Amino acid sequence: MSARVPVIAGVGLSDYPKAPHLDAVGHHVLAFQRMLDDSGLEKKEIDGYMTAQGNFAAPDNGGTMAEYLGIDPRYYDGTAVGGSTFELYVQHAAAAIRDGQCEAIVMTYGSDLYTQSGTNPSFGAKQPGEVVPGALQYESPWGNTLIGAYAMAAQRHMYEYGTTSEQLAEIAVACRMHAGLNPNAQYRKPLTVEDVVNSRMIADPLHMLDCCVVSDGGGAILITTEERAKDLKQPPIYILGAAAAQTHWNIGQMPDYTVTAAARSGEKAFAQAGVRPEDIDTVQLYDSFTITALLMLEDLGFCKKGEGGPFVQTGALKLGGALPLNTDGGALSSCHPGMRGIFLLAEATRQLRHQAGDAQVEGAELALACGSGGWLSAMGTVILGRSTS
Amino acid sequence: MSISEMGVEGRPVPELDPVSKHYWEATTRGELLVQECPSCGTRQFYPRALCKMCAKTPEWLKTAGRGKVHTFSIVRQNGNEPFKQWLPYAVVVVELEEGPRIMGNLVGSDVDDVHIGMEVSVDFVPLTDQASLPFWRATAPAVSDG
Ligand SMILES: [Zn+2]
Repeated sequence: MSARVPVIAGVGLSDYPKAPHLDAVGHHVLAFQRMLDDSGLEKKEIDGYMTAQGNFAAPDNGGTMAEYLGIDPRYYDGTAVGGSTFELYVQHAAAAIRDGQCEAIVMTYGSDLYTQSGTNPSFGAKQPGEVVPGALQYESPWGNTLIGAYAMAAQRHMYEYGTTSEQLAEIAVACRMHAGLNPNAQYRKPLTVEDVVNSRMIADPLHMLDCCVVSDGGGAILITTEERAKDLKQPPIYILGAAAAQTHWNIGQMPDYTVTAAARSGEKAFAQAGVRPEDIDTVQLYDSFTITALLMLEDLGFCKKGEGGPFVQTGALKLGGALPLNTDGGALSSCHPGMRGIFLLAEATRQLRHQAGDAQVEGAELALACGSGGWLSAMGTVILGRSTS
Repeated sequence: MSISEMGVEGRPVPELDPVSKHYWEATTRGELLVQECPSCGTRQFYPRALCKMCAKTPEWLKTAGRGKVHTFSIVRQNGNEPFKQWLPYAVVVVELEEGPRIMGNLVGSDVDDVHIGMEVSVDFVPLTDQASLPFWRATAPAVSDG
């Protein structure tokens, strides 16, 4: 019996960035339907399901969502570590497919964050005098914000390496340039470095335009065997490497504010894939904030630690450069419904299928997606290829 | 100059658990505790029921309540009560002289003067009968004996 090779064989995105006609379940459903159309897979073949809502009271919790979609999984995953969850799902799904646990795994995501709240989720207490249990009882009393958490990493990176706001801004500028090629992107008007550094300071040193947008959106991805994908509609995209790592959960516990767990997940993923950073044609990195993507570029080995600032100023991240970043516009400009990891996989797949239109990275053979969950906490790195070699 | 001062009214209240109750009880006496492992010597904050390195049961260690700002942010936007009344304010991660790091607010300084490496000392303010919050202030320069 030949080896079972895991591939991505179907992708669907729901309507984004604003979809008042959909609730969270509706995003799951629309993305799921589009994934089925994209792949040509018969729904009844699905025997694995993954989704990231662990709250049993929520209408889109994993068990209910599988029931709603009419999937009776024999392989199930409800891992929930925030934005990188879907990269972790690829790690798990690839292993499950290789191991013969199931034949066709679908992961779905849906969020009506924009329609519901218009803001990114905050963490810890939301009401005055709220009682906070566990590890957050040592952080919540201080009024740190989600942005403030990432700002702490940016502040330390600036202190240790002399990184500047202008350098961080280059990441937002590159993403906006690519958003201009994506008709669905939330913000498409070109940005300059000056626009970013002159935007309102939210949490020093992060400006408004260093921060991701707030959106609605959803996605669905099908992972099956290379063998099964032969009869499906799309060229299979090979999962060459997929690895995860975590260094901490709460920002106050981050061991080194300038290094994320992507250093470990990346090393493992590259080793599995048997490729090096210079072989990668495009990167889809979780740009919750400009600093998130900058740290990942260093941690994944695209430049040395501390040299992310000068690296992003070379223009490498823009289409036409050596390492185009977030070719759909990313979380900074296209969409961020709360947990964006599935969009990284969708865009990497679109690039490797050579279906990216004006945003196509010419001749893309290898793409890397890296998700960040929590507060630069749980990282998942996935390396995808048009072929196995 | 705008000197950052922040109150405690309306702040989130820690839920005392079997471990944290010892930490918070000490704050009401004006003591800042971390933990030290009798087996491997690891010092840690926040307090846990086990040593995060070797899993043995840690002991309490009273600190001098001094340290340096390891990193920080100046929060300028927060719509949540009670914090929005205090904007802008400094959230700091202090590296204690004893080693572990602890999050807090730095008050009594202009937020524009907050910097990494800044020497700070603890200043407790009662939040409830069971917990005082450790704030941080710039350490006053040592007074010369001469
Ligand atoms: Zn120990």
